[in-house]
Amino acid sequence: MKELSLHMLDITQNSIRAKAKLVKLVIIESAENNEITTIIEDDGCGIPADRLQKITDPFVTTRTTRKVGLGLSLFKAAAEACGGYFEISSTVGVGTKVVANFRRDHIDCAPVGNMADTILTMVMSFGETDLYYQHDYNNQQFVFNTREIKETLEVESLNEPEILNWIREHVKEGLEEIMEEKIYGKVLSRTKSDSRKEIERT
Amino acid sequence: MAKSLAELKAIREKKLSELNLRQGKNGYRVVVGMATCGIAAGARPVMVKLMEEVDAKGLVDVSVAQTGCIGSCRLEPIVEVYDANNEKVTYVHMTAEKIARVVDEHLAQGKIVDEYTMTVIDGKVIDPSVKG
Repeated sequence: MKELSLHMLDITQNSIRAKAKLVKLVIIESAENNEITTIIEDDGCGIPADRLQKITDPFVTTRTTRKVGLGLSLFKAAAEACGGYFEISSTVGVGTKVVANFRRDHIDCAPVGNMADTILTMVMSFGETDLYYQHDYNNQQFVFNTREIKETLEVESLNEPEILNWIREHVKEGLEEIMEEKIYGKVLSRTKSDSRKEIERT
Repeated sequence: MAKSLAELKAIREKKLSELNLRQGKNGYRVVVGMATCGIAAGARPVMVKLMEEVDAKGLVDVSVAQTGCIGSCRLEPIVEVYDANNEKVTYVHMTAEKIARVVDEHLAQGKIVDEYTMTVIDGKVIDPSVKG
C-alpha cells in the first residue's frame, strides 16, 4: 500500500464484515515523539482467541473466495518495517482493536496519505455503520463523527453525493487547519499553492 | 472552518425529500470491490470519481456500495453494476477515467461499455485486453 490511509481503509472493511455499528479511527502524528500511531477499534463480532493468534499469518483467512488474507499481515509488516509495532486484541461479542505504530522519519514509512478521500470512501462503503475519526497532529485535533452528521441531517444514510462532497471538503479543510505550522510566530500554511509558490521562489 | 455545519444544514433544508429518494429500486446499484486486493489496486480513486460523476450528472436513482473480494484479485479494481432486474455487468481493471465513462454511458444512457467488461468462457475469466 502506498499510503497508511489505504491500510486503514482496508482494516475498517474487516469491521464492516464483523457487523460493527461503530468504527473508531484515531491517528496520532507527533513530530516531537517521532511517531505515527493509528488505532482502529470496532464493536463488531470479535475474533476467537485461537484465530487471533494466527490472524497476521497471510495464509490464514475466513474467506472462501481465496486462500490468503493479506490485510492485517501487510499492515503489521508495514509497521515493523519502519521501527514501529503492531498489536491486535479482540473479545468475541465486544469488538476488535488494531494498533499500528510507525517511526515517523523512517525511510520506509509511507505517508499518511489522502485522508479526505479515505474518509469519503469509508463513509460510502460503511452502509449503516458509523465512523468516529479523530486526527491529532502535533497536539492539534480534528474530529469527525458520522453520528453527529446524521443527527444534524436527520437521515439514516450519508451515501448521497451532496453530503459526501460536503464531508470530503469538511475533512480536507479540518486537516489543513490542524496541519498549519506556527514557526517563529508566523503561520506557515502547507497548502499546495503555497508550496508551489515556495518552489517558484527558490 | 468554511465547510461549516450551517452549510450542512442548508443541504438538509434544500431537499429532504429528495435525499430519501435514492433507493436505487428502479435504477442501478453500483458495487465496488473493497477488499485488500481492490484497495491496493486503486479502488479508492474509483470510488471517489464515481461519487463525483454521479453527482455531476445528477443521477438520483443510482446507489453505490462496497463488496469484498470476489476471487479475481488480478482484475481489481472491479466494479459491478446491477440493473433493476438484478442483472449484473462486471467491469474490471477500473480507473477513475474508465469509471467516468461507465457513469456517462452505462448509468446515464443505459449502454454497457463492452471493452471494460469481464467475460467468462468455460468457467475461465477472460481479460478485456485478451478479449479485444
